[in-house]
Amino acid sequence: MGILDIKDVGKRFGGLQALSNVNLSVHENTVHAIIGPNGAGKSTLLNCLIGKLIPDTGSVMFAGESVLGRSAHEINQMGISRVFQTPEIFGDLTVMENMMIPIFAKRDGAFELAAIKSFMSQKDIVEKAEEMLVDMNMADKRHMHAAAMSRGDKRRLEIGMCLSQEPRLLLLDEPTAGMARADTNNTIDLLKQIKAERDITIAIIEHDMHVVFSLADRITVLAQGTPLVEDTPEKIKGHPKVKEAYLGEAH
Amino acid sequence: MFGLEKQDSRLLIVVAILTMCAPFILNPFPAESALAQFNAGYPDLMQRFVIFGIFAIGFNILFGLTGYLSFGHAAFLGIGSYSAVWMFKLLSYNVVPALILSVITAGLFAVVIGYISLRRSGIYFSILTLAFAQMSYNMAYSVLTPLTNGETGLQVYSNDPQYLKGDGPDVTHLFGFEMRAASELNIGGWTFDFSIGYYLSALIMLASFYLAIRIFRSPFGLMLRAIKANQTRLNYTGISTRPYTLAAFVISGMYAGLAGGLLACMDPLAGAERMQWTASGEVVLMTILGGVGTLLGPILGAGFIKYAENIFSKINENVLHSWFSFLPDGLESAVVWFFARFVGEGWHMTLGLMFMLIVIFLPGGLIEGGQRIGRLFKGKSASNNPPAE
Repeated sequence: MGILDIKDVGKRFGGLQALSNVNLSVHENTVHAIIGPNGAGKSTLLNCLIGKLIPDTGSVMFAGESVLGRSAHEINQMGISRVFQTPEIFGDLTVMENMMIPIFAKRDGAFELAAIKSFMSQKDIVEKAEEMLVDMNMADKRHMHAAAMSRGDKRRLEIGMCLSQEPRLLLLDEPTAGMARADTNNTIDLLKQIKAERDITIAIIEHDMHVVFSLADRITVLAQGTPLVEDTPEKIKGHPKVKEAYLGEAH
Repeated sequence: MFGLEKQDSRLLIVVAILTMCAPFILNPFPAESALAQFNAGYPDLMQRFVIFGIFAIGFNILFGLTGYLSFGHAAFLGIGSYSAVWMFKLLSYNVVPALILSVITAGLFAVVIGYISLRRSGIYFSILTLAFAQMSYNMAYSVLTPLTNGETGLQVYSNDPQYLKGDGPDVTHLFGFEMRAASELNIGGWTFDFSIGYYLSALIMLASFYLAIRIFRSPFGLMLRAIKANQTRLNYTGISTRPYTLAAFVISGMYAGLAGGLLACMDPLAGAERMQWTASGEVVLMTILGGVGTLLGPILGAGFIKYAENIFSKINENVLHSWFSFLPDGLESAVVWFFARFVGEGWHMTLGLMFMLIVIFLPGGLIEGGQRIGRLFKGKSASNNPPAE
């Protein structure tokens, strides 16, 4: 039993069987990557994990509770933080404010009507946000408009915002998609650093195998809506089935 | 001061001084001079400035912070006025119960309208609120006539019960201080009016402004701004956005109800036209003209529009003729004809033109204009100004 258990998940869109018999477990304090070529069902699977889609068959359990049919904020409150394909941050707000919001959400829950409490005077929140900005190497940008930052910095901020909630599972959806080479490497380094420094479980959905080889403890290869193999990166690299389904057609 | 940051306290103090000295500031011209028609320092107009200021401050809490554009806020203004007049009819002319009831009823209506309208966002939300406001307006004219007195408008009659009236005065008052009571001060050629009604409204506006600052600077206000910035991220951060938008909607509805109640306190009459869509549109104009999402902007916008409305609509062809009498006859009539399109009845054209110019050249409203001028003097760079001041 892992922290995230996906059992017999299947999903059909009209005549297309997008997912069938997906079984996989993400274990605590590991980095688990789910990779696959275009159209393998990665996004469908992700949408099933975050409550956006309800699979036709099977179950998705997080820490013993079903996530199916829950709204986004409930899933977050269960302990899953999500990083998006394009960084989703609060562009109109400053970096510091961006960092404070998840910490407030963690402390106060889904709704808190404290309409006249000043937020800057709430020391614990401000201190924690400052600490997180220092950890993310962005302390000098705290008064900057978040929208004015580079793609890589936005990604860094988004990951920082997720980490500030001390999630039990960090879910990354193609974290390096559309990034320049340097930003990609920075993001990989950041994730490696996070893995080394924190007790955290990470699930990565990724198209690009090279991103995950140096990072993941386990890799599941998805092809045509069903898991092909699950193993360590070393074994996946040389696996003939993977080469055929993935590398063979991509390279 | 009062739990505010230094910068905000300074802003509050400046606004307080300006409102308290408004009878002087708005009367810069001697009473007998030709320019006296530009004076705005008479109680009736000053009351409008601050009352519509309250309306716009409240509207800005919804529109400025969350980005939800309500096109039906005048409904709450009208509901506030009707509630206040009912209190006058049933209890007495004292304004305190009237104001309390107008805030409460407007709040209740806002809960219902908000709960339904906030199921949608963007343009659909705007249309839903507009539909609700027009529905209220038409119902006030038709089926609700027993409550609203239809076209005549709701007013107090001598045979109304007024159970708590006793020996109290026959005009609206605050524990005996009549709203219309005013004292006049003559210095040289200048005349200054100080009315109780204005000062009561101004104090209530300052309290509303203070509350708005506290809301802007609270975690609650931060979440509202986050809704405008990125609702998806906020949901995935563990925040349920619906209660936040509903709370903002209700708070701004209560502000509108308070403004409506105050309007009735200054003149105990409530008509359905207060709820018409033009009135809802006006508060949108005020907020955008002043500066959306800024603290001071809505007050400036409200004052600006109410001033223009009163002053431009007062100028007629006779006044224009006296201004341009130095021109040769034919030219004079042509010039007067031209300018007459923009004043009097045609002042909406002026308003429309000003609105267009501001939206195109100063998207941040009058506040942005002020900041640009300020920067010209200081010679600072444009980019390092934090938002939402």
